[in-house]
Amino acid sequence: MEILLQQLFNSLTIGSVYSLVALGLTLVYGILHIPNFAHGALYMMGGYITLTMMTAFGFNYWVAMFVSILVVGLIGVLLERFVFRLLREAPPLHDKIAAIGILLFLEAFAQFVWGADFQTMTSPYGQVVTIMGLTFTMQRLLIIVSAIVVMILLYLFLKKTFTGASIIAMSQSREGASLVGININKVAMLTFMISGGLAAIAASLASPINLVFPGMGHLVILKAFVIIILGGMGSIPGAIVGGYILGFSESLGATYISNDYKDIIAFVLLVIILTVKPTGLFAKGER
Amino acid sequence: MKIMNKRTGLIALFVLAILFPLIFQNDYYTHMLTLSFIWAIAVYGINLLAGYTGYLSLAHAGFFAIGAYSLGLLTVKAEMNFWPALVLACLITSVVGLLIGVIALRTKEHFFAIYTLCVGYIIYLVIDKWDGLTGGVRGLIGINAPSNIGPITFETAESQYYLVLTFLVVVIFVIYRIVHSLTGRTFLAIRNSEELAQTIGISTMKNKLTAFVLSTFFAGLAGALYASFVRFIGPDIGSTAIMFDLLMYLLVGGIGTLSGPLVGTLMLVILSQNLQFLQEYRMLIFGPILTLIIIFYPRGISGSFFDWKRKRRNQTGNVLKPIKVEEG
Amino acid sequence: MFIETKNLTKKFGGLAAVNKVDFHIEKGKINAIIGPNGAGKSTFFNLISGFHRPSSGTVLFKGTDITKLPANKIAGLGISRTFQTTSLFEQSTVLDNVIVGHRLRTKSNLFDAILRTKRLKREEKACRDKAMEVIEIVGLTHASDKMVASISQEEKKRTAIALALATDPEIIFLDEPAAGINSDETQGLINLIKQLNQRGLTICLIEHKMSMIMNLADHIMVLNYGEKIAEGTPKEISSNDDVIKAYLGGSASA
Repeated sequence: MEILLQQLFNSLTIGSVYSLVALGLTLVYGILHIPNFAHGALYMMGGYITLTMMTAFGFNYWVAMFVSILVVGLIGVLLERFVFRLLREAPPLHDKIAAIGILLFLEAFAQFVWGADFQTMTSPYGQVVTIMGLTFTMQRLLIIVSAIVVMILLYLFLKKTFTGASIIAMSQSREGASLVGININKVAMLTFMISGGLAAIAASLASPINLVFPGMGHLVILKAFVIIILGGMGSIPGAIVGGYILGFSESLGATYISNDYKDIIAFVLLVIILTVKPTGLFAKGER
Repeated sequence: MKIMNKRTGLIALFVLAILFPLIFQNDYYTHMLTLSFIWAIAVYGINLLAGYTGYLSLAHAGFFAIGAYSLGLLTVKAEMNFWPALVLACLITSVVGLLIGVIALRTKEHFFAIYTLCVGYIIYLVIDKWDGLTGGVRGLIGINAPSNIGPITFETAESQYYLVLTFLVVVIFVIYRIVHSLTGRTFLAIRNSEELAQTIGISTMKNKLTAFVLSTFFAGLAGALYASFVRFIGPDIGSTAIMFDLLMYLLVGGIGTLSGPLVGTLMLVILSQNLQFLQEYRMLIFGPILTLIIIFYPRGISGSFFDWKRKRRNQTGNVLKPIKVEEG
Repeated sequence: MFIETKNLTKKFGGLAAVNKVDFHIEKGKINAIIGPNGAGKSTFFNLISGFHRPSSGTVLFKGTDITKLPANKIAGLGISRTFQTTSLFEQSTVLDNVIVGHRLRTKSNLFDAILRTKRLKREEKACRDKAMEVIEIVGLTHASDKMVASISQEEKKRTAIALALATDPEIIFLDEPAAGINSDETQGLINLIKQLNQRGLTICLIEHKMSMIMNLADHIMVLNYGEKIAEGTPKEISSNDDVIKAYLGGSASA
């Protein structure tokens, strides 16, 4: 029972990170129909920038994270402006390949600047707390709470502000949004900024319990794709729920099946889903 | 006249390829070219699917690895002769390709790309973790060079070069034949619009599966040749890094063109060998190149070259014959 | 009866796009389906041509049930169609676009391709001859070597019809063939449709321009909100109260 509870807690931690990454991916997909393969690289950049801010500039963890959000958000904006905007009318194949090019560049860039070594990020929240016989590190608690706060803020932004509403409108219909006078270019850049920011938050939160290295985004992005296919491409609640579901299945899988193969669970899940429903779960009707 | 020019050009190129090791007498160059030819075979496979049928598979490094490991295991652990093992390796890859294709091809566009990316990753993980069979991260060592055919041996760099060159020429010839046949036209119709292809009575699933299995066959062939050429294989040959390399060769050379895979592979392999100091960081240059190419020259070097030639021909009014479906 | 639908229904998430439509198409005639935008005309086409599986009801072709056949099999039976917006291969010539239309009548496979067998050569010639023949029928012989990207909208429409004809159909469904072209060109297309019909081809077209249909069709069905509200000769249709109401009401509110 205790093991189960402990695992449940761990799965919440992992699930929170997955959800944040998947949220950014699904926002961009929902609005621009780009499967952003470079999103994992944005996540990786987020980790490195926070780490650098802390080690090289001696910034506080939160300040470092804030800088990271800004920088990665800016990278997102640049990508939209100078790459994806030029490909809006191009065949869908082109977006994917452009994204892969960006991914390769950012990874090589990280390796060039920070080296290929695995680095640790020491968080100020390394303490261990014990509640009802279960042990948690503060950092893990922090991940869960912060993720929820970020999700609530995002929800409020999308639902309660005009800018947020225009993002939602555009995800429902690009033509419709442009008819009611929404500036598509601005919304697209904003979406990429939020997407990058979310990736930076996720990486900054997760790095203290994982490691920082150029390839740290690989598995995360693949899993985020699995999540948004699970939750419906472009669906925001789907990304959140899907993230927690995947976190949960992985923790259970690691405990009861094999730790070696736990990373395969997500992909097997995806293969099963797409085998049964080739257009993904919750596909929006048939054409 | 025009065809004669093209033919003489091809013959000249072929003669150059044959004479190359004799002229340079440099094992390093010979080795490098052999390796490029092997990669090019895999890229031709990807091109048949992505370039001519419109399905971007990101699992082909995995199929390359399946071909390589099949050959490695069959020759090292089962102590089979190279030649039957080569045939079996290609068959194994194609059968796995068939099984995956049946499911993967029900998905389209983004779903297909993501699905195959995940399939590729599963293949990589299985090779990496299945220690008992594949040797895991330690890899598989001691793979033999191709065994003799009668008096012909394949121990030297030159002989292996000629062997791989032969395979490459056959692969290009086969793909040329396919692309310029009714089957090739069918593939192109699917790439253009699956809906339209169906209304003109084309069974899209059957044709997509044909293209997919063929492309995995070529990837498997390349993998098997790689294993016997390099003599050592590790799980990394199935990684996404290799997949992205192959994709880059294809795009720089020209997706959906006949010469693109060879042009792109040769150029980039030679370039990265000469930028040896950049080895680790070559993606700093190649990454942006990939992105820029797809934005400004989506048909790559070969495609853009033929587009340019066509434009020039039209301008000079020297319109002899309209260009065929996809020249290059 | 040539083509017949019985109780044909298609629901998208609870909403009926086509609701219990009984319709028949007579051989050798020009049939038409009209109705305001969103009346379910295109969906009806998609059901017959196998693109959508009906929620209920049946489609019969010469008495055989074809309801569950996939689109490519239906094409094989001799039922061909065009789309409102045709997705031709722009970077290729008219001829190359049309050649593949005859592919379904050929048998050569991968091995024929690799070995370049006699069968392949024979069939390639058959496809090319067929393409030239239908290109001539639609009056594009002069443009057969032009890139599709460089020809006019009207010529593209004709190319799409040629592609449909290359499949050797007995009936051809045309989805708004006159959409997006001017009235002179429309007259040219009307002549082409009449000419095809005189060659013995059965025609069924969708149109929302009433005027065009009235001079052309022998038999008309009117759809509104997915339901058949009238069927008959142009004369009967033009004096039908329900039709007038739907059309005037529909366009007035639109």
